[in-house]
Amino acid sequence: MKLEPILQVRNLKKYFPVKGLFFTKGHVKAVDDISFEIRRGETFGLVGESGCGKTTTGRTILRLIEPTDGEVIFQGKNIMELKGDEMKWFRRKAQIMFQDPYSSLNPRQTVFEVIMEPVRFHGIHVDDPEEFVIKLLESVGLNEMHLYRYPHEFSGGQRQRIALARLLALRPEFIVLDEPTSALDVSVQANILNTLKDIQREFGFTYLFISHDLGVVKYMSHRMGVMYLGKLVEVGPSDEIFEKPLHPYTQLLLSAIPVPDPELAKELKAKRMKVEGEPPSPINPPSGCRFHPRCPFAKDICKKQEPPLMEAEKDHYVACWLYSKA
Amino acid sequence: MRRMPEPILEVRDLTVHFYTYAGIVKAIERVSFDVYKGETFALVGETGCGKSVTSRALTQLIESPGRIVGGKVIYHSDKGPIDLLKLREEEIREIRGKEIAYIFQDPHASLDPLYQVGYQIAEAMVVHNTVKDLKEGLQRALSILKRVLIPDPESRIKNYPHEMSGGMKQRVVIGTGLTNNPKVLIADEPTTALDVTVQAQILDLMNKLKRDYNTTLILITHNMGVVAEMADRIAVMYAGKIAEIGTAEQIFKNPLHPYTQGLLKAVPNPMKRIERLDAIPGTVPNLITPPSGCRFHPRCPFAKDICKQKVPELKEIEDGHFVACHLY
Ligand SMILES: Nc1ncnc2c1ncn2[C@@H]1O[C@H](COP(=O)(O)OP(=O)(O)OP(=O)(O)O)[C@@H](O)[C@H]1O
Ligand SMILES: Nc1ncnc2c1ncn2[C@@H]1O[C@H](COP(=O)(O)OP(=O)(O)O)[C@@H](O)[C@H]1O
Ligand code: SF4
Ligand code: SF4
Ligand SMILES: [Mg+2]
Ligand SMILES: [Mg+2]
Repeated sequence: MKLEPILQVRNLKKYFPVKGLFFTKGHVKAVDDISFEIRRGETFGLVGESGCGKTTTGRTILRLIEPTDGEVIFQGKNIMELKGDEMKWFRRKAQIMFQDPYSSLNPRQTVFEVIMEPVRFHGIHVDDPEEFVIKLLESVGLNEMHLYRYPHEFSGGQRQRIALARLLALRPEFIVLDEPTSALDVSVQANILNTLKDIQREFGFTYLFISHDLGVVKYMSHRMGVMYLGKLVEVGPSDEIFEKPLHPYTQLLLSAIPVPDPELAKELKAKRMKVEGEPPSPINPPSGCRFHPRCPFAKDICKKQEPPLMEAEKDHYVACWLYSKA
Repeated sequence: MRRMPEPILEVRDLTVHFYTYAGIVKAIERVSFDVYKGETFALVGETGCGKSVTSRALTQLIESPGRIVGGKVIYHSDKGPIDLLKLREEEIREIRGKEIAYIFQDPHASLDPLYQVGYQIAEAMVVHNTVKDLKEGLQRALSILKRVLIPDPESRIKNYPHEMSGGMKQRVVIGTGLTNNPKVLIADEPTTALDVTVQAQILDLMNKLKRDYNTTLILITHNMGVVAEMADRIAVMYAGKIAEIGTAEQIFKNPLHPYTQGLLKAVPNPMKRIERLDAIPGTVPNLITPPSGCRFHPRCPFAKDICKQKVPELKEIEDGHFVACHLY
C-alpha cells in the first residue's frame, strides 16, 4: 500500500557562499537539486557521511534556512510562499529535534515552563496546564516528579525526552529528528528510539530521521534516502536497500559498517568494497556523477553526464548510469 | 588453535580517584586484566565508565586532581618484568611513547595547526632523541607517511593539518604513534571522529601495521561493531569496574554479565531486522557515590539481596572467561 505524501520536496537547492577576501569565491553546494516525498505516518531515513547535506536538507524543508531554489509542498501548500497565520500554522505542525541535548533547553526554565512556553506562544488553550504537562512527560517516560526541576539536573537522555515532550505539546504532524541520539550512549539511545516509535504509533506522526548511524536508520525507518555530496543517490524501502543496495556508493557505505557479530564481521570484511580516498569538497564537486572518481564501476559517460534519479525497481530509485535503460 | 598466551601486561587492582570539589570521583576501582603479546585487547563500555582513565593509568598518565591510589601494572619488557607504577617520572618517560605509545581520539587535538605535519613529526623525534637532527627527522617523517599509505607523501609532508582530511590526519597520528616501533600501542577511540568508510580504511591500516610490526594493540571504543571486527579479547567495563573479560567469541556468543547482555541487545545491528530493541532501564551512576555492592544492581533485572551488599569478585567461569556477578 502506498501512503499519501505529507511532504514533497522538488528540485531543492541550497548553496552557501564561500567568502574570499573581497569577492565570493564560490559556493558550497550543500544540497543540489534533490527531489523526494515523505508519506504520512512513515519514518523516512536520511543517511550519508558528515557534510553531505543531511542537516541542511532537514532545515531547509522546515524553512529554518531559505532555499536557493526549489519547492517544498506540505499538505498541499508550498511552504516557501506561506505568510502570517499560515506560516504560524506550519511552525506548529512541523517540528525539529536537534542532536545536542545540552544546548536545546533554556537552563533557567523548569521543565514545566520549558514545555508550556511554546504552547502559550501558539495560543493553544489547555484546561489544566499541570495535568497537561504531566501527561506529556508520561508519554516520553518521565513523570510528575520531574515537573519543577531544571535541565541541568537531568542526564543527556532525559533532556532529549524533555525536548521531545515539548514538541509533542504542539501536536505536530511532521517531525525532523536530526541525529537525536548521536550524543547518547547505546543503552540510553535504545530507550529513546523505542519511545520515538511508541509515540509515532500513538499519535500517527511522520518522521524525517537523519543519522549517520546505519544501524539506527535500519531500525527506525520504513523508507530511506542516501545522500552523497549534496545529491540523493538512492531512495527506496529501507529493508530493500539494506538487502540489495543498488548505487555503488550505498554499497560502499553498507559494506563499511562494522557489525556487532565477530563471525559475520569476518565474512563481511572479506567481501568489503575497497574504495580509496574520502568524499571530495562540495565547493567544486566532480563533473558528471559526483561519485565517479571513487567508483569502481565508472564508465565514460559517468564523467560527463550527471545521472538522474530513476526508478530502477518498483518504488526504488537510483541515480547511476549502471541502471539506465537507454 | 589456542597458543599458550604470554602476557605483556598484567594489571592488578588498579584504582584511580579524582579529588574534586564535589567529592572523590572513584573513576576506576580494583581493575585487573592481562594483555597478551601480539593480541588486540579491547576495552569497551559506555561514556565515563573508566576506559580512558584505565589506559592512561597504565603509564602513570594521570594528572591532578587525579591520583593512582593502588594497584600494580607489570610490564614484561625485554629486560624482564617491571611494575610501571613504581617507576619514577624519568624512568616511565623512557617507556611511554617508546615502548608503550598512545593514539588519542581527536586527530585535530593531536596535531598543532601552526606547523607543517612533517616538521611536527621530525621535531617530536628530535625531542625524544630518536633522531640526531631535524634533517634525519624529516626523512623519517616521510617514511612514516609512506608507511600509513598517504598518497603523494612528498608533497603531503609540507601540508598544514587543516589542509588534510580527518582520515589523513588520523593516519599521521597513527604513524606518529608507531614511530618508535612500540611493543604496545594504546588507541583510544581512534576512529570515533571519522565517517564509516574512512573508519574502515583506518581499521584496515591498523591491522596491517599491527601484523607488520608485531605490535600488541589495546583498543578502546564504545562501538560494539568495531570491537567485533578487531578484538581477540574483550574487557567490558561498567561504572569504573571490570564486569566481564573473555574472547570475542565468548563475549558476543555467550555474554555472562547482565550488563554485557543488555549492552549487546541495545545495539541496533544493521544486518538484522529488529522489531524492538531491549533497552537497559535507568542511567549510569555517578562515581562520587556509586551504588553499594554490585554497581549495576539498580539497573539489573536479576539483582538479588546480596548484590546490594557485596561487591562481586571477578571469577573464571570457563577457560579464559571471567565475570564479576553473584549469579555465578
Ligand atoms: N580530570 C578529571 N577530574 C574529575 N573526574 C574525572 C577526570 N577525568 C576523568 N574523570 C572521571 O573518571 C571517570 C572515568 O572517565 P574516563 O575518561 O576514563 O571515561 P571513558 O570510559 O573513557 O569515557 P568516554 O567513552 O566518554 O571517553 C568519569 O566518571 C569521569 O568523569
Ligand atoms: N551556514 C553554513 N554556511 C556555509 N556552509 C555551510 C553552512 N551550513 C552547512 N554548510 C556546508 O554545507 C555542507 C552540508 O552540511 P550539512 O547539511 O551540515 O551536512 P550533514 O548534516 O550531512 O553533516 C557542508 O559542506 C557544510 O560545511
Ligand atoms: S553513475 Fe557511474 S560513476 Fe556514478 S555510481 Fe554509477 S557507475 Fe559509478
Ligand atoms: S551481581 Fe547482581 S546486580 Fe550485579 S550484575 Fe550480577 S545479578 Fe545483577
Ligand atoms: Mg548534520
Ligand atoms: Mg575516553
